[in-house]
Amino acid sequence: MMEGLIGPFFEFEFMRRALAGCLALALGATPIGLFLLLRRMSLMGDAMSHAILPGAALGYLAFGLSLGAMTIGGLIAGVVVAMAAGLVARSSILKEDASLAAFYLMSLAAGVLIISLRGRNLDLLHVLFGSVLGLDDASLLLIAAITTVTVFALALIYRPLVLECFDPSFLRGVSRLSPVAHYGFLVLVVLNLVSGFHALGTLMAVGIMILPAASARLWARRLGTMLALAVVIAFGSGLIGLLASFHADVPAGPAIVFSAGLIYLISLALAPGGLFGARLHRRPHLES
Amino acid sequence: MNTHHLEVMMKTPHLLKACLLSLVLALNATALSARSEPLTVVTSFSILADLALQIGGDDLRVISLIGPDEDTHGYQPRPSDSRLIGQAGLVLANGLGFDTWLERLASSAGQSGRVVIVSEGIDAITDSGGQAHHGHDHGSGDPHAWQDVANARLYARNIARALAEADPSRADVYRRRAEAYDQALAALDAEIRSTLSVVPASRRKLVTSHDAFAYFGKAYGIVVIAAAGISYESEPSAAGIARLIRQLRREQAPVVFVENISDPRLIERIAREGGARLGGQLYSDALSGPDGPAGTYIDMMRFNLAQLMEGLMPEPTVEGGESGR
Repeated sequence: MMEGLIGPFFEFEFMRRALAGCLALALGATPIGLFLLLRRMSLMGDAMSHAILPGAALGYLAFGLSLGAMTIGGLIAGVVVAMAAGLVARSSILKEDASLAAFYLMSLAAGVLIISLRGRNLDLLHVLFGSVLGLDDASLLLIAAITTVTVFALALIYRPLVLECFDPSFLRGVSRLSPVAHYGFLVLVVLNLVSGFHALGTLMAVGIMILPAASARLWARRLGTMLALAVVIAFGSGLIGLLASFHADVPAGPAIVFSAGLIYLISLALAPGGLFGARLHRRPHLES
Repeated sequence: MNTHHLEVMMKTPHLLKACLLSLVLALNATALSARSEPLTVVTSFSILADLALQIGGDDLRVISLIGPDEDTHGYQPRPSDSRLIGQAGLVLANGLGFDTWLERLASSAGQSGRVVIVSEGIDAITDSGGQAHHGHDHGSGDPHAWQDVANARLYARNIARALAEADPSRADVYRRRAEAYDQALAALDAEIRSTLSVVPASRRKLVTSHDAFAYFGKAYGIVVIAAAGISYESEPSAAGIARLIRQLRREQAPVVFVENISDPRLIERIAREGGARLGGQLYSDALSGPDGPAGTYIDMMRFNLAQLMEGLMPEPTVEGGESGR
């Protein structure tokens, strides 16, 4: 039993690297996912993953298949879209989801156009964003660096960010930090998406952001507990998914996200905030 | 020896393609009786385009739907491709499940009668090196038959016959060029055999990410170990990667080769953990551009051979440095 659980990590370095990548993602991307969830923008990650395409395509056109150039291009495109969407949301009557949808669709269209100009039959995002099993030094360092930046940045903007989540207009009224929290958070979203893409690929990265956050939300009432629980669930999903991929011969990325999904389903069934929570856990409801 | 350089129209911008097309149309309209317009041949990928050019030379206009350095597996037809096929006097497909979309495109363009399967008569390898899992759907047989030069000679003969049927007035020219090219291919085959003959049996191992060298291995006596399930399309499983690493350690393969069309990170990881060195890049399903090292089929095979030799032969001068890396 123990042998099956830890043997793969002793025998193979790629398993250790994958686990390290999962830990970094759990520490960085999952808290970001929780704040997205609290701001009712869980689908933003999905939208942003498309927004990154034109930058990656331009990087590819300029420098060929260079991971560095394509990653930086993708980061820039993602930040530009996030900033533009944030600006529109703050200063027009459009809500954030509408302005984001508008910009990410334009960005996606531009990306497809740029790629087809060159006419290569190449799934750029597939080439750009690898697999959790193929993490090389550069990818691992990038993910770890992004996580470090995220943790420190979250610590810095924690208070305004929490206010921004629950009562943005109040924050705008009382503090000049409101734009810092807003835009800073959007940049963190983009950074962590790129880091998730490197580890899990485009399809699966959003899953490790949102699913553990949703599960933690069902169990915990305090934000601190919620954050800690989300990180633990995300790392646990990574571990379970990797072991499933090793023992059951299934692809690693989907296995990790599916593990997170299973934990979410279990939480739905058992947690106080879940489907039967009101009946199982009779407690006074303090939430608004 | 033919030295026609590759004049394949790559997947250039639509505008250019449209201009060329209208030019062709205009030529067709004005010079219909003159028979001076070249026969238009559409091929699925760059290697077939080169073979056709070697035989057809300046008498052909050859268009490869999938250009140099492009991956066949990611190909998605466009309306303009369908139009190109509609214009073609001859459509060349590899067959063996490699490019079934071309036959579908051709029949939807009303050209199904002009599709020639160039691998006709090949002794196809059906199980790819004992590994059932092949990652992407190639149908039953392994389609990468051109990696054996004997098969390429058969391809060339089939192409020459198809060209002669499509344009009988130039049949003699095609036959002459095909004979010359066949001799060049025979010389290439002999060159590969004699070059590889110095490699000791224990080092005759070729490890790649994508299972495209089964024919090469069978023809030239190389054990091919493909990273099963680690192809371009399917997401890898940890079990598949672990299997390959264990196999590398067991077989003590000296080197792992990268292909021109796949993500190198995974295969680098596998090579390092399996105790192998990372070899050069091999060309499997696509040529390089005309300025690259593998602009024609013959150049591609020579380039792959050089890469193989560099990887497989122990070099006495760098022996010390090799173990240090």
